[in-house]
Amino acid sequence: MIPLEHVILLSAVLFGIGVIGVVTRRNLIVILMSIELMFNAVNLAFVGFNRLWPGAPGHNALDGQVFVLMVVTVAAAEVAVGLGIVISMFRNRDSVDVEEVSLLKW
Amino acid sequence: MSAPVVLFYVFAVLAVVSALGMVLNVRNTVAAALSLVVTMVALSAIYVLLEAHLVAAIQVIVYAGAIVVLFLFVVMLLNLRTDAFAPARARLQKLAGALIGVALLAQIVHSSLSLPTPPPVPPGFGGYRQLGVALYTDYVLLVEVASLLLTAAIVGALILAKRKID
Amino acid sequence: MPVEVLLKALFILLVVVAGLAPVITWVERKQSAVMQDRIGANRADIAGLTVLGLLHPLADVIKLLTKEDVVPRGANRFMHLIAPVIAAVPAVVAFAVIPYGGIYTFGGYTISLVVANPDWGLLYIFAIGSIATYGTVMAGWSSNNNWSLLGGLRASAQMISYEVTMGLSVVGLFMVFQTLQLQDMVLAQDTTFRVFGFLEHLFRVPVPSVLDWIRLPAWGVFYQPLGFLMFLTTIMAENKRPPFDTPEGESEIIAGFHLEYSGMRFGLFYMSEFIEVVVIAGLIATLFLGGWSVPWLPQATIIGTVSRIFNVEFATGLCAILHFLTFMLKVVVMIWLQMAIRWTLPRFRYDQVMDLCWKILLPLSIANILVTGFVLLLARGNAA
Repeated sequence: MIPLEHVILLSAVLFGIGVIGVVTRRNLIVILMSIELMFNAVNLAFVGFNRLWPGAPGHNALDGQVFVLMVVTVAAAEVAVGLGIVISMFRNRDSVDVEEVSLLKW
Repeated sequence: MSAPVVLFYVFAVLAVVSALGMVLNVRNTVAAALSLVVTMVALSAIYVLLEAHLVAAIQVIVYAGAIVVLFLFVVMLLNLRTDAFAPARARLQKLAGALIGVALLAQIVHSSLSLPTPPPVPPGFGGYRQLGVALYTDYVLLVEVASLLLTAAIVGALILAKRKID
Repeated sequence: MPVEVLLKALFILLVVVAGLAPVITWVERKQSAVMQDRIGANRADIAGLTVLGLLHPLADVIKLLTKEDVVPRGANRFMHLIAPVIAAVPAVVAFAVIPYGGIYTFGGYTISLVVANPDWGLLYIFAIGSIATYGTVMAGWSSNNNWSLLGGLRASAQMISYEVTMGLSVVGLFMVFQTLQLQDMVLAQDTTFRVFGFLEHLFRVPVPSVLDWIRLPAWGVFYQPLGFLMFLTTIMAENKRPPFDTPEGESEIIAGFHLEYSGMRFGLFYMSEFIEVVVIAGLIATLFLGGWSVPWLPQATIIGTVSRIFNVEFATGLCAILHFLTFMLKVVVMIWLQMAIRWTLPRFRYDQVMDLCWKILLPLSIANILVTGFVLLLARGNAA
């Protein structure tokens, strides 16, 4: 019923918007949020493909949705550690601008 | 144009608009985070339309309800107000990146234009019972590894955010 | 079918939300007065008739509606306007899955007195509770005020911490009742169990027949007493009611996150807190106190007994009314309990609130799951 090509297209568009966010923004927190958006786009692709191949009746294949749960777990862990990094960076430099942590740049 | 299809397009447009609102919103970090919440809730609605009920509930409870609140908590703790776009670096680099991105998108769209129609979904698909059985029989190792990962993340976040212990 | 859902939703909105929420403001004033040995507010009158202070909610509404609505300078206007709505809507919408009556058949037409009964009913409550955090956070941030910011910070950390423990403390209940649908949980509580049945299940000793007739209603509070206490604590902390009201600590940070709100916007925050008191009462009544079921009298017994005198349709209707009144009685008892706790305990310090969640309630809830699993495995064998 729902055209799955459009689901995959939506996932690709959201992923692209996430990449634009990571490349363009200066605030470290917004970069982390754009990474979350990319995770969400990938989750949508997983769920869409799982809908396309739900397995035989009586033996459902829920691999895509299990993957989504694992991606959510990993994203939660990554957000926790990433925000810890943001807080310690703020303590050291009083700013979360990624243009300021450029000491190792050539 | 049945009701699920119309709803899917409504939520898809909402997700894209609020994702753009998050990325392009320079002046207000909190508004960017709230746009992300709208995106996640719209995606959760699309998951329900794709028969992934437990994943939709977990998306709202964990992603929209805890992770983005953590973002907002840090934003409010550090009292971050405004932001700016990255300085204009080599224009050629950006143009090349944009072209590669468009090519990637076109390739994805082209290779997905020939997807077969989805079969009718078996009963109980995407419900918590079947997902629970799948998680704890076929994928129990994933669950254990995920618990180790979360423990490591908790310890890491604690150490990173703690002040110096005297 | 949609008409039926609309009628049930209207019934819940008019009777429970619009009916009970103003009464609770009166209950708060009068119960605190009785507990503190004073008279309470009783001056509001219409033509000299003060009805024990029952007109005070009406006076409150008139006052709040006619106050000037102030948006502080430098505040984010859109967020300041929308935050009370985001705080109030989840409280009202949470009633959609709480069953206020059972499943009745009126001559071929079956009606189940719950607005929506999805397969994952209780997860809906958790999801709605997660969204309610944003109203408080947005109110705290958008007011351009230090005290509001502090209140919003405290509220966000407290609410997401207690959501975790709230979910874990009812996992034992899921294991016992094997379902997430609230109507099915109440149907499972509509029966009785033998008090000394544990002798047979756990120790494989047959229950002596003299003790066999002692039965208790199969309520969640008897199966999961620790889960009941933990769920009550965590959901009261989720609602930011005293003693967990550090986000709106009246003596420390003035009014916390709803400091810069006046008029009906403050009224929305105020009302949403009281509507959530009713939601908490309804949830605890449904999960732990047997919902709409009358203790020791299953629905079949009631309908069977009454239909000896009258006909079956009338018996079913009478049973429906009786069940609804039982549910409302349990809701009223839980509201009284929450008010009594509110007016007894002083406010907890913020680090005490966080310690309680992460150091006491979280290990206890995990231990509860372990013990419940162990007992269920012994009692039900491999079919647990």
